[in-house]
Amino acid sequence: MQVPAPVEYERALSVDDAIERLTRLGPEARLVAGGHSLLPMMKLRLARPECLIDINGLADLSFIRRDGNVLRIGAMTRHSELLASQVISEVAKIIPDAEAVIADPIVRNRGTVGGSMCQADPAEDLSAVFAALDAMVEIRGPRGTRVVSVNGFHTGPYSTVVEPDEILTEVSFVTQKNLGSAYEKVERRVGDWAIAAAGAVIALQDGKIQRVGIGLAAVGAPDFRASRAEAYLLGKDATPDLFDEAARMASAECNPNSDQRGPSAYKRHLVEVLTRRALDGALSNSKGKAN
Amino acid sequence: MRVNIEVNGVNYSEEIEPRLLLVHFIRDQIGLTGTHWGCDTSNCGTCVLWLDDLPVKSCTVLTAMADGHRVRTVEDLEQGGELDPVQKGFMQEHGLQCGFCTPGMLMTARALLDRNPNPSDLEIREAISGQICRCTGYENIVRAIRWAAANSSSNGALDVAEVAQ
Ligand SMILES: Cc1cc2nc3c(=O)[nH]c(=O)nc-3n(C[C@H](O)[C@H](O)[C@H](O)COP(=O)(O)OP(=O)(O)OC[C@H]3O[C@@H](n4cnc5c(N)ncnc54)[C@H](O)[C@@H]3O)c2cc1C
Ligand code: FES
Ligand code: FES
Repeated sequence: MQVPAPVEYERALSVDDAIERLTRLGPEARLVAGGHSLLPMMKLRLARPECLIDINGLADLSFIRRDGNVLRIGAMTRHSELLASQVISEVAKIIPDAEAVIADPIVRNRGTVGGSMCQADPAEDLSAVFAALDAMVEIRGPRGTRVVSVNGFHTGPYSTVVEPDEILTEVSFVTQKNLGSAYEKVERRVGDWAIAAAGAVIALQDGKIQRVGIGLAAVGAPDFRASRAEAYLLGKDATPDLFDEAARMASAECNPNSDQRGPSAYKRHLVEVLTRRALDGALSNSKGKAN
Repeated sequence: MRVNIEVNGVNYSEEIEPRLLLVHFIRDQIGLTGTHWGCDTSNCGTCVLWLDDLPVKSCTVLTAMADGHRVRTVEDLEQGGELDPVQKGFMQEHGLQCGFCTPGMLMTARALLDRNPNPSDLEIREAISGQICRCTGYENIVRAIRWAAANSSSNGALDVAEVAQ
């Protein structure tokens, strides 16, 4: 029987209250959101917090909001809410594409955006999605509020710039009318973590690629992205040959490990194929919007 | 710590350890053993029950997190001596063999039909994709849920005696 070790439990009444409790209790206290990464880790003693601060009651962190050309997603928004959102599927198809293959519908009822970003598993799909979208992350703590780019947000596997006394409150990204996007993932079985996954975001201006993002999950890509492939694509005509070359570059610049999900050469191959498919999918999604 | 949790319409005020998982509270502390407990790792789905109307894997929820909330378990499907259409469907279409996965399957099926009274086979398969059946096979489970969708009239479908015949 797997059960967590003894732990104290408190509920945060507001974001400020959560920060106060984190400050008072010190680094042995941990926020718990959906609990679908933290509780499994506590069962295995991979995490042993002395106190849990439950933030499920913070309804003001649960939102999907359009704010001019910025789309804002609250940290306590559940996977299932992202998947069901009409606004999200209109502006960023990459999100429902990914959400449909994150875990299973029951797990998606609990897991949250903030929990996914802060868990920072190297195979976390939303990390690749928000990398492709060039998202910004809002973090609040005793020293105030800061907004940081997803570039540099992850400081290593399972580690981020969010300090032990801070709380991630929001993820946001800039939308535009002709923004196309798509996400492609290969897993061993339904509901499993990715063997490899690639997401792409594209917008054209006068036929040229004016905005592009390529996110990669589970393959050791720095910042979950293929930045050389992105730089190569920017400003060029979106042709099949160009996409082929960008997919090859993405495959070369990531750094997958061989593990029980497959050898690294196989994962590199997947990155090439999936990046190519995601770019195609993003382009046709964008063209559909331009008409 | 003390928690107050409404389970199947009954309020339970109980003393618990904060680390107690909801599945163990439901089974061992208040004795509702209809909810099963299998993999411990949020993969098998036999522990599925409703927390405030949403199906969740109760092996991965702390009892403390359910304090002040409502829980619904498989015991609550039968109402006034009448089985829920999903229960009848599982009888009618041979949706279970050993029955180990069944409580979770039933709670997910009920939640699906409440939101989508006429799901496609694909939607049914998607809904139960976080749940594992090791013996019946999914074909009959999908049929059972389809049966429930087809036989859910406002005043309930066939009664148990009719189904058993
Ligand atoms: C069976 C299963 C399959 C899964 N498959 C996938 C998959 O295919 N792809 C995928 O991407 N994910 C998958 N997941 C992970 C799932 O997405 C988790 O729900 C998610 O990683 C964590 O979200 P949570 O809200 O449950 O976080 P929690 O477990 O509550 O927290 C995780 C960590 O983040 C911290 N934290 C949480 N919220 C905040 C916040 N607002 N500010 C600061 N710190 C915070 C916590 O302290 C903890 O350290 C799977 C999970 C399970 C159980
Ligand atoms: S016991 Fe909860 S999912 Fe298996
Ligand atoms: S009926 Fe035996 S596991 Fe499903």
